[in-house]
Parts: sequence; structure tokens; C-alpha cells
Amino acid sequence: MLASLNARALVLSLVLLAVFLGLWEAASPKQQLAGELTEYELLMGGAEPKAAVPPPSDVIAKAWEELSNPFYDAGPNDKGIGIQIGYSLYRVLSGYFLAAAIAIPVGFLIGMSPLMYKALDPFIQVLRPISPLAWMPLALFVIQDSQASAIFVIFICSIWPMLINTAFGVAGVRKDWVNVARTHELGPLKTAWIVILPAAAPTILTGMRISIGIAWLVIVAAEMLVGGTGIGYYVWNEWNNLDLTSVVFSILMIGVVGMLLDTAFAYCARLVQYQE
Amino acid sequence: MSKPFLSLQNLTKRFQAPKGGEALTVFENVNLGIEKGEFVCIIGHSGCGKSTILNILAGLDEPTEGAVIMNGKEVSGPSLDRGIVFQNYSLLPWLSALKNVTFAVQARYKSWSKKQVHDHSMKYLEMVGLAGGAELRKPSQLSGGMRQRVSIARAFAIQPELLLLDEPFGALDALTRGSIQDELIRIWSGSDQTVFMITHDVDEAILLADRILLMTNGPYARVAESVQVDIPRPRERANIIHHSDYYDIRNHLVEFLATRSKALAGKQEEGTPSEPSIVRFGAHGVVSGPKDNRKPATSPVE
Repeated sequence: MLASLNARALVLSLVLLAVFLGLWEAASPKQQLAGELTEYELLMGGAEPKAAVPPPSDVIAKAWEELSNPFYDAGPNDKGIGIQIGYSLYRVLSGYFLAAAIAIPVGFLIGMSPLMYKALDPFIQVLRPISPLAWMPLALFVIQDSQASAIFVIFICSIWPMLINTAFGVAGVRKDWVNVARTHELGPLKTAWIVILPAAAPTILTGMRISIGIAWLVIVAAEMLVGGTGIGYYVWNEWNNLDLTSVVFSILMIGVVGMLLDTAFAYCARLVQYQE
Repeated sequence: MSKPFLSLQNLTKRFQAPKGGEALTVFENVNLGIEKGEFVCIIGHSGCGKSTILNILAGLDEPTEGAVIMNGKEVSGPSLDRGIVFQNYSLLPWLSALKNVTFAVQARYKSWSKKQVHDHSMKYLEMVGLAGGAELRKPSQLSGGMRQRVSIARAFAIQPELLLLDEPFGALDALTRGSIQDELIRIWSGSDQTVFMITHDVDEAILLADRILLMTNGPYARVAESVQVDIPRPRERANIIHHSDYYDIRNHLVEFLATRSKALAGKQEEGTPSEPSIVRFGAHGVVSGPKDNRKPATSPVE
């Protein structure tokens, strides 16, 4: 019992994983060898009257196959998982950073000026609860480009948490610190740079972290709609191909990439954290 | 009348009552003059508006009526000519102790090189006993006393004409307070700094000040008396209590806080002198202000 909490948690996680995979494997019907199937059975996806969720062993085999060659490109219907995730990340990050470039300055303005806060608040309150996908038809019509429309949808969904958190963080900077800036005759730009930005940075970073999470949730749905490329399209395409092994594998990949994005932002948030 | 370095003229602060009721007058018609290089302490109960006066001097707050004139110019808005040390230190927690000083020095002396700024900041940090690695730590990694030292170093490093101290030692334990008081007085002696300091500590005021201002309770608070401390400098914590004036002054202050701050409180009638009565002890005898005829000033020790 001398092992650290982390080590014990790791052992428990592995045990839970093994139990889960074991139950899943046991619950999956055994596939017959292809040679024993009639042609009709092959077309129907096996001997069972209904196609079943593939067992984990199949998914692991599929993952190995896909991950060992992630960047192949064999036409529009058959690209490696790496290429698909790459497309998704490109859309997410470009929409996201576009949103940050607008949300953070505007959030600063709203946070600094009660007038701007009151004037812009009704717009924010109406626009914020709109599901980002509801913008899609309008975006497709106005932009006339499915790729750019997907980026716009990411932009519009990730702007709100960053905007609101920035405004909140800036408005909440302790008066003492603002007074330090005033008594040292710092100009508005220097005050923003030396005092307000570092003071509000942890709150702003929290907003950015929430936004990247939402953006990654939304991109999957958006790509299912616009099609062509990306991890969302990949999931939907494999569903149309009735390749459930690939569907399960891509679901896992979506989770892993989302986790990595969140970890990266959590790390950045630690860099700007300060203790009072 | 020669013009003092700093003068407060008919300073009044009222807060508008919510829903149009009668405004709350914190203090009214405060008239004061402070000479260059003087160390002045102000004592009074909570709520009498000491901090408001200090904030007006700093330019962080505005008087409802009256004005503050420093060096012949009216104070409006904060300025680097007036340095402030707050009770809660007001250090920027994401900067190291050194950076907390350098940003201020940089703001004061815009043309200085990085090295000049660094050396000047280090000089003041060393003066308050912060060097040898401690200057690189963040405020959260420093004790309360060390944080206040950084704050004092920052205020002195910008070499303001007037230094405002808002209960700088209020949050510190007695031992730390003592050693920082010694440092404060040492740095002040080596400069021609004018200091205006709020305190609750009678002994601290006698040890540090040339003059102690006594405020009555609010509302309608005012500076009722100005007690001259003529104990010669340098004053030592251990010796000062043996000085013949020490207990006279101390008793006078304590007695003011205990009873007269309340007795003298309230709205003044028209025509009452608005300048504080001057109180002196010891060799100079007890002298009251020229315009004052109230009893306490003529017989300070009852």
C-alpha cells in the first residue's frame, strides 16, 4: 500500500479498461470465417440477421492498421485518418483564432467601458444561445463555400465564451491594481499591457479553453453536414459504408484529439496563473 | 503668511445619499499646511475620513469642496510626484519583487536605460533589506513584512515629493513593524521627503512624526488638534520612552482618542476656527493655537 495515489489510480484505470473491453468482447457474437459464408450472408454483413457492433479486438486491429499509415490518400472516399484529422484541426484552429482575434479586443472594450457593456449586452444575449449549426444554411448561402462555412460556424461558436470571459476578467481586475497603474501615470495602453492583461489572463484563458472544447464538439457535426473532408465527414462516410469498426475507431480518435487540445490549453492557463 | 509646501484648503467630502436624502458629510472644512521635509502622522477613529483625505492627496479621489495645493499647483489626478504605500501592499502578484519596482522606476524615468533602472531599483530594494535572491521572488512567496518592504522600496524609488502612507504597518506583527519603522525613518532621514502617514498606533506616531494631527469622529469630522513632537532625532525605540515629553504626548493622544474625539465631534457652528489648534509640550510649554479657546488645548493632561 506504499504506492502513490497516482500509481494506484493508474492500476485501477487499467483494471476498469480490461473489464470493459472483456465484457464488450464477450458480448460480441463470434464472426465466422468468410469462407464458410454464403454470398448472401457476406452481403448481409455476416451470418447474423443483424450486423453487430464490432468487438474491441477488431477495433484495435483497425486502429493499428490506420495509425501505421495515417497519411495515405486514395481518392475522395479513402483518405488516412491523419489527413482527416488534419483537415478538422485546420478548420477548428483557423475559425478559433479568428474568433480570438475579435473576442479578446472586444471583450477588453466591454470590460473597460460600462457603456459598451450595456450597449452590446442585448446582442450578445440573443446571439449566444443560437446553435452554431443553425448558422450553416445562411453561411452556405452568403459565403458560397462549404469549407469557409465550416470555419465560420467554428468562429461563431467559439467567440462567445472568450468574449464573455475576457469582459468579465477585465471588469473584475482589482481596483488596487488599477490604482497602482494610475498612481504611476501609466497611459491606457501601458495600463492594459502591464496591469489589466496579466490580471485578467487566467480568466481569459479559461474562456479560451471552454471555446476550444466547444469548437471541437461542433466541427464533427459541421463536417457531417458539409462533407468532403474532416473527421466528422469520415465518421459519416464510414457509417454510409456500413464499416462500424471504422466508426468506433474514429469516435475514439475524436476523443483523443479533444483531450490533447484541452491539455494544451490547460498548460497555457498554468503559465499565466498567479497567486495573490 | 508664507505658503507651505502642501496645503489643504477647506477640504470637504460628502457622499450623496441614495434616493435624494441628505448627503453624508464625512469631513468638512479641513485646513492644513505641511512644510517640505515634514513627517506628519494623522490619527483618528475608523470612519473619520483619514483614508479619504489620503486618497484626495494622492489624486485617486476628489473632494466635494475645497482644494489641495502642492508646490503652488492644484492637485488633480494621480501623479508620480506623490508616491503611495497602501496597507495591503498593492503589489502586482504576477511580477517579481524586483519587477514591481522596475516598472515604477521605468514609468518615472522614461529615458533611463535598462541597466540604470535595474541598478536604481536594486539600490532601494537593498535599502529595505531585500537582496540576495529575495528580489526575484513573487509577492506570494514573500512574507507580509517583506511585501511591505517592497512596497516601500517602490514608493521611495520613484523619489516622489510627497510620500503617502496608508496604515502601512497595520497588517504586520509588532516585531516586523518595529524593524520596518526603523528602516522607514532611516531612509526618510537621508532624503528630503515629505511624508503624510495614517496610523492607529500612538507609539508609532510619536516615534516617527514631527507633528501628529488628531481627527474627531465622523460625520462632520475635522482635524481638531495638531500636536508638535519636539523630541530630538535620531529617536531610538528604546530611549524615546525616557524622554520627558514622551508620556505627556502619549497621554494626550490616548485621551483624545478615548474621549475628546467623541466630545468634539459633530457639526461646527459658523465662524468656528477651521484650523487645528496647535499643541506643544516640554521645553516649549503648553501653547495653544492663537484662535483656539477650548479647554483641552490649554490643559492637555487632565
